[in-house]
Amino acid sequence: MSIRERLHPDLLAGIKAAGPLVLGILPFALVAGITAVGAGMTIGEAVGMSIIVFAGASQLAAIDLIGSNAPLAVVVGTAVVINVRMLMYSASIAPYFQAFSVRVRSVLAYVLTDQAYAMSIAEYTQNESRSRLWYYFGIGFTLWVVWQLGTIAGAVAGAGVPDSLALDFALPLVFLALLVPAMKDRGTTTAGVVGGAVALIVVAVGVPLNLDLPIAAVTGILAGVVVDATAGGVR
Amino acid sequence: MTAWSSTQIWLAIILIGVATYSIRLSFIYFFGRIDEVPERVQHVLRYVPAAVLAALVVPAVVTIEPTVSETVLDDRVIAATIAAIVAWKTEDVFWTIGIGMGALWAIRFGPGLVGI
Repeated sequence: MSIRERLHPDLLAGIKAAGPLVLGILPFALVAGITAVGAGMTIGEAVGMSIIVFAGASQLAAIDLIGSNAPLAVVVGTAVVINVRMLMYSASIAPYFQAFSVRVRSVLAYVLTDQAYAMSIAEYTQNESRSRLWYYFGIGFTLWVVWQLGTIAGAVAGAGVPDSLALDFALPLVFLALLVPAMKDRGTTTAGVVGGAVALIVVAVGVPLNLDLPIAAVTGILAGVVVDATAGGVR
Repeated sequence: MTAWSSTQIWLAIILIGVATYSIRLSFIYFFGRIDEVPERVQHVLRYVPAAVLAALVVPAVVTIEPTVSETVLDDRVIAATIAAIVAWKTEDVFWTIGIGMGALWAIRFGPGLVGI
């Protein structure tokens, strides 16, 4: 029996489904490596972060804040706030995993990402016969490998790039690529516009303890909540 | 460049990692005892990505200068505006980074290359 025949067919289906996603996360992973080294972290710390945290947007935010010498609580708090959305993925996918042992579920939780969640839920609801375990793991594991390899490549390459190329600019560009589709309706657009404007004002005014980001983010979130609440009230 | 020590960096990585893993495992582990995220929490979570990402992007791109034209006609602001249009049209990280970096380099190095 060849290796291919010994692997579960749905594992291969998952790996195949992850293919197009690789193009999306690879530049992200490279930027995570490049900017970590640019912010003064070692290659080991950059790769360690990718293995231990394994959550792109929160890693980039943490790297950004570490690079600007923010306090530890702000760095950790910001990263956690960015990752709180995964609570919803965990809740939504949990019923499909309840048949598995705690050990298996612990591994499945580690590779839970936006992409693995979205692809698997779509597949589970369309294709009853698909293995819950192997399809999801095929996607999650493929993305994990690409994320680690991309971080290593970025960190190694980033160490040799001259500053004049301004590769640190790739970081706000990644955030921008995520921000634009996140502003999908009136409430979320308000949250983005207010969050961005307040951040600029707060940075210009200068607040103690590097609380710029929390202040701006919370104000933006509140603005979104208020705008949607008043719109609902008028109706 | 960060002034953080290696110990501080590893501490941050571990704290973020443990918290993130706990979030991922939460419902997958406790399924049956708690079934879903309360609706009010879900409602607030909707606004988190837009607010946090905007608060990260804007100060990284815009530096307030004494005049409006100096603030707006900055190479990073122009390149980011072009990238925002690309992000809106393509919703693709790859193209957004590629065109955004290309625009920044064109503004910075282009005039020198053509001898202006």
